[in-house]
Amino acid sequence: MAKELWEGNAAIAEAAIRAGLEAFFGYPITPQTEILEHLSHRLPELGRVFLQAESEIASINMVYGAACAGARVMTSSSSPGISLMQEGFSYIACSEVPAVIINVMRGGPGLGNVAPSQGDYFQAVKMAGHGDFHPIVLAPGNIQEAIDLTVLAFDLADKYRTLAMIAADGSLGQMMEPAEMPPLRPVRPPEERAAWALTGAKGRKPNIITSLYLVEEELEKVNLRLQAKLREIAANEVRWKEYSTEDADLLMVAFGTVGRVCQTVVREARAKGLKAGLLRPITLWPFPSARIAELAGRVRGILVVEMNAGQMLEDVRLAVEGRRPVHFYGRMGGIIPLPDEILPQLEELDAATRS
Amino acid sequence: MAVEMIADMELVFKYPESLTPRVTHYCPGCTHGVIHRLIAEVIDELGVRERTIGVAPVGCAVLAYDYFNMDFCEAAHGRAPAMATGIKRVSPDKVVFTYQGDGDLAAIGTSEIIHTANRGELITTIFVNNAIYGMTGGQMAPTTLPGQVTTSSPRGRDVETAGWPMKMAELIGMLSGAAYVTRQAVLDVPGIRRTKKAIKLAFQVQLAGLGFSMVEILSTCSTNWGVSPLEALDWAKQNMLPYYPLGDTKVVDEVRALMAKP
Repeated sequence: MAKELWEGNAAIAEAAIRAGLEAFFGYPITPQTEILEHLSHRLPELGRVFLQAESEIASINMVYGAACAGARVMTSSSSPGISLMQEGFSYIACSEVPAVIINVMRGGPGLGNVAPSQGDYFQAVKMAGHGDFHPIVLAPGNIQEAIDLTVLAFDLADKYRTLAMIAADGSLGQMMEPAEMPPLRPVRPPEERAAWALTGAKGRKPNIITSLYLVEEELEKVNLRLQAKLREIAANEVRWKEYSTEDADLLMVAFGTVGRVCQTVVREARAKGLKAGLLRPITLWPFPSARIAELAGRVRGILVVEMNAGQMLEDVRLAVEGRRPVHFYGRMGGIIPLPDEILPQLEELDAATRS
Repeated sequence: MAVEMIADMELVFKYPESLTPRVTHYCPGCTHGVIHRLIAEVIDELGVRERTIGVAPVGCAVLAYDYFNMDFCEAAHGRAPAMATGIKRVSPDKVVFTYQGDGDLAAIGTSEIIHTANRGELITTIFVNNAIYGMTGGQMAPTTLPGQVTTSSPRGRDVETAGWPMKMAELIGMLSGAAYVTRQAVLDVPGIRRTKKAIKLAFQVQLAGLGFSMVEILSTCSTNWGVSPLEALDWAKQNMLPYYPLGDTKVVDEVRALMAKP
């Protein structure tokens, strides 16, 4: 298929349809409402389910129900709405049903604003809800990636029977650029739904989907199974991209929109004679810790750049284990750091690590 | 010889196929067991067990899925109608019902039940109202009566500070998406019979695609009311019936036509 001009939110919505989305339940919130709007006309015309719920709490529980019934399902929201959905994330994780969540992050905390932010890194990666679990978290850096990762999110959610979240930000949602859509996959017919799904106990024992285990040993067993699954995901699904890291002295680590800004910083730094490289995590969970540790052994210092107060920074420091200086530069309030403010940070790191 | 005798006789009463043979965890005298059985009998009679999906609440009936012999899931507190909506929308050929108590439906899940009813979701809700939080040990519920003593209203429910008991059947009955809403009671045998009839009609309304249906069932909690099971039945009759009048709060014309059928 040829490239077309796509707005980020509409691209994510259309990619979900191409990936075989059967049902969407959501609630309007800026800066992601175009996802809901796109699906409100596309899903009904394809004979699939679209429902605008009364709240994000209802949306995620509708997703939970549809996922239990074995349908390919998703919701989308932005930071404050994602906070409301966290109850449902936890139930979905424990029940081991597949679901896709789109978070087009905005400035926080509180009502914050509708400008692009990465302030929900901790929430997505560390504490998506109560109890021990992680969603798979995918961070696109451009609209083509937003499309490709949305399709991947459905496949990973299905494969591991878990939550997969797209962690985008307001600028990715709102901007337009040329991108290519995948072909339209056929929707899985209801009679081909998974054996564990709630499809009616015809000629089989009833299927029960619950997250309640009153006996401590049973709940521990469930947790051990979930942890084993998370280890399997961590072993198989880590994704990242590297730019000019082969000979780099200075490594930047940045994801999403600001990861893209840092690609410019690499070019500008190299033009000034600094051997800079960039690692852009695609999966925020599982995190590319091993690769960062490896690169840390080859560079003099690391600069983490984020659109928050320093959240992924903690994971980079855990990976580096104190072997190299790790500096941080971040902007909050919905501000995207620009190359001309990041470059001096890199020069400072260069100066600080020359002995 | 006993077996031969039974074989010769007409079977007039048996264990419903829609119930598992498990012993329940419910307290002695609890009416959940009666209501479970009524639902199971109705599902058997309608012949829909193999295409029914139930949604259990948080509360005393949290383990309902252990007792119903059909596909089931367990919702977060109050969210059963949203979960049921998700299931029904992607499986329109299935029979979907929620089983909820008064804390679940009338407090934390008020938003979900109102909007589910208002959308006219083709699901059935069985709403068990015993005027108290049972599982957490007898706290004040949205349905607790004025002056009723609970562990969180030790001087009796003061309507000045805690507001008034919620009349959910009346509230839900007002919504355009609701096709059939009724309040019944399982406090004596005639009431149990009327409740079963109402549950059956509620499921028939769903099968006919007429809209949302709900049966509120006045029930007891002898454990947390601190009385014997028999005293609990009397207490409910004397105190709950005057505040929560029995009868239909919504019957659309199509449902009336269904009722008229033999």
